[in-house]
Amino acid sequence: MPLTDSLRDEILASVPNLRAFAISLSGNGDRADDLVQETLLRALANIDSFQPGSNLPAWLFTILRNLFRSDYRKRRREVEDSDGNYAKTLKSQPSQNAHLEFEEFRAALDKLPQDQREALILVGASGFSYEDAAKICGCAVGTIKSRVNRARSKLSALLYVEGTEDFGPDDTVRAVIGNR
Amino acid sequence: MKDSKPPLAKGGLNAEIQSRIGHQLRAMYDDVVRQGIPDRFAELIRKLDASEPGTPQVTPRGDLDVKNDGRD
Repeated sequence: MPLTDSLRDEILASVPNLRAFAISLSGNGDRADDLVQETLLRALANIDSFQPGSNLPAWLFTILRNLFRSDYRKRRREVEDSDGNYAKTLKSQPSQNAHLEFEEFRAALDKLPQDQREALILVGASGFSYEDAAKICGCAVGTIKSRVNRARSKLSALLYVEGTEDFGPDDTVRAVIGNR
Repeated sequence: MKDSKPPLAKGGLNAEIQSRIGHQLRAMYDDVVRQGIPDRFAELIRKLDASEPGTPQVTPRGDLDVKNDGRD
């Protein structure tokens, strides 16, 4: 359909969500904004292929997700500066404890396989249905469900199980290993 | 003192962990959503709108002394 005023406004209104998705995927604020810009340009250039009445955010997210994946393949193993850059995108600095917890969460999220991370973000944060998330990722609904489940269990393992050494060995273990 | 994460059951995907993960994920995401639309993007759309390539029916905006009120 042609770019009407209302469609243009809707596209612009999707920007905050697109940015959040891009930052969650890439962990890098500057790169995320470039991704969003590229997404908007593609969307406007291909606006004729958008079906009126269909889900505009899902359409935009699909474009961004595909751009991210092709970009990711190119940049794989390039400098990882997610922490520093992400922190810059925060408007208000959280308190130190909250900040640490946030960094920990961010780091754990970055450890997930990309398929799982994007599924989790789409369903758990962007608020898409499993069906829409499946369309965005070009896979079956069941695949999305299992990716989300695996993402959740991996995060909980990273954050709340592997992390148990934080509490120190318990008395029994201490006795066994003779820790004085 | 160490941070006070309660020692939760190993391997257990309990509801408390899941709700904490969901909460953290949304907190991270919503923090960005709340930043709204950076000028950069509003500007971009405005410019593209004004110079709309490939769709000749679009009239230039703003630089013509034409009122749009009578459109509908």
